[in-house]
Amino acid sequence: MRKSSKTTLPFMLIALPGVVYLIINNYIPMFGIFLAFKDYKYSKGIFGSDWCGLKNFKFLFATDDALIMTRNTILYNLVFIVLGTVAAIFIAILMCELGERMRVKIFQSCLLLPNLLSWVVIGIIGFAFLSADTGFINNTILRTMGKESVSWYMQPNVWPLILVLVFLWKNAGYQSIIYMASISGFDKSIYEAASIDGASKLKQIFSITLPMLVPTITILTLMAVGRIFFSDFGLFYQVPQDSGALYAVTQTIDTYVYRGLMQSNNVGMAAAAGFYQSVIGFVLVVAANAVVKKINPENALF
Amino acid sequence: MSDSKKFNVIATVILGILVVVTMVPILMIVIASFTEEKTLLRDGYSLLPGALSVDAYIYMVKQGAIIVRAYGVSILVTFVGTLGSVLITAMLAYPMSRKAFKYRGILTFFVFFTMLFSGGIVPSYIMWTRVFQIKDTIWALILPNYLVTAFNVFLVKNYYTNSIPDSLIEAAQIDGAGEMKIFWKVMLPLSVPTIATVSLFSGLAYWNDWINGLYYINDAKLYSIQILLLKIMNNINALKQNTGSLMGTGAVSLPGTSIRMAMAVIGILPILLIYPFVQKYFIKGVVVGAVKG
Repeated sequence: MRKSSKTTLPFMLIALPGVVYLIINNYIPMFGIFLAFKDYKYSKGIFGSDWCGLKNFKFLFATDDALIMTRNTILYNLVFIVLGTVAAIFIAILMCELGERMRVKIFQSCLLLPNLLSWVVIGIIGFAFLSADTGFINNTILRTMGKESVSWYMQPNVWPLILVLVFLWKNAGYQSIIYMASISGFDKSIYEAASIDGASKLKQIFSITLPMLVPTITILTLMAVGRIFFSDFGLFYQVPQDSGALYAVTQTIDTYVYRGLMQSNNVGMAAAAGFYQSVIGFVLVVAANAVVKKINPENALF
Repeated sequence: MSDSKKFNVIATVILGILVVVTMVPILMIVIASFTEEKTLLRDGYSLLPGALSVDAYIYMVKQGAIIVRAYGVSILVTFVGTLGSVLITAMLAYPMSRKAFKYRGILTFFVFFTMLFSGGIVPSYIMWTRVFQIKDTIWALILPNYLVTAFNVFLVKNYYTNSIPDSLIEAAQIDGAGEMKIFWKVMLPLSVPTIATVSLFSGLAYWNDWINGLYYINDAKLYSIQILLLKIMNNINALKQNTGSLMGTGAVSLPGTSIRMAMAVIGILPILLIYPFVQKYFIKGVVVGAVKG
């Protein structure tokens, strides 16, 4: 008995700072989701504010907001999953054909670079392209073609395309890392045998590489589907420069919660949207994991 | 030409084009930062500007007290945040990796659950501002979100479990070392590669953070370089919506376009300088993290 507590205590002490941090940063806010059922008033505080049942949810779902942000969040994620996976695999396959290590390293560094930039900087880069007065597209491209300038930040119809392009620009190189790691782990003798049998490179890609990538693709896709209720706040807030004219196509659950909490001071609806995201998000993550576990227990989170 | 050689050439050409397309946007702001302000306003952003100048950088060094200060805040926050993050993360991962610790399973689940469920920003924001009163303090840039993440903890824990042999720990125990001493003298020095990876992830998160600043910082003295850039962009957009144009806003002091671009460039600079040397740690972290978080 004494021996066991003697070995347990030091471990607990070592873990203590991290445990305290996670309790504060992660666990206390988890219990805070009950705020969605309160009529939060700053002056009354969390515990002093009155309970209001489902009022916040009724307001939230009575407007078009809930539908628009849910639709945007899910549709963008679906497009990102499909095109992101295709782009990442395309890059990974080409990278593995380069052979020469130095060239791989240089190309990879360049393709990864956008992933290391902050969304603020990416927003500024976007502004350099799209600004109505000085933007590259209006001043250099459209002017040379003899076309009129466009106020890009006022044109909702082009933004789905812009956001998808920015997403691919930032993430395709990053996501290709994982596929490159899988491909370089494949047994080389299979390719050698195929070469001897006269299979062309293209044929090898379609009949060996892609089929062997299926498990990786499945797992990564399922994990992404588990996160389908969450969006990258920076992409949808910084890149459109918070332009109100674009909300119909740029509002996601995350930007809605931010705007409710910080801009329109509508804490109740922000809390309701946050609750909606947390709970459905949790169910989806657990469900996706259950499917992953069925396919390959090694890759399951738990 | 053999099939393999031909394919090699095709791959090089296609990837070369992708690399150019990827780099052009970044190159554009670098070039803009070296473009004369007059030229930039007249011709717009361009890859081949009419007149080059280093005025923006001279201005930043000479008159940019706010910019220099913001740079200092970014460096301080990144340094303190990364150091704290690496230490606390490694300390939390250590007991999770030791079979001798009887609450290992509970602790692992405790960390893991934070990946599954989150209370979201609303309760978190109210807690940090009302209970801990971190609004407009330097802590607002260090404490929320980034200090310990389950992803990093599992990265270190997996390294401890898979790459450090039990026999080393047993040997230290025979020499009379306690758990604390084993952690400091054996585990930490032997886990340099994973510590490098976690430092990199954590350092990037702190350097690039603007969300904590957006939520918690209004005091200009505590602006980091990212937040300063964000606030300037907000002001520009607000002005545009009110007046329809940037011209004739002499009353409001906003840095010129080329200065803004120069700020963005110095915001990226540390990443560009450090990244080539640490790329392998970054890639390793991404691969290990994706396979088993």
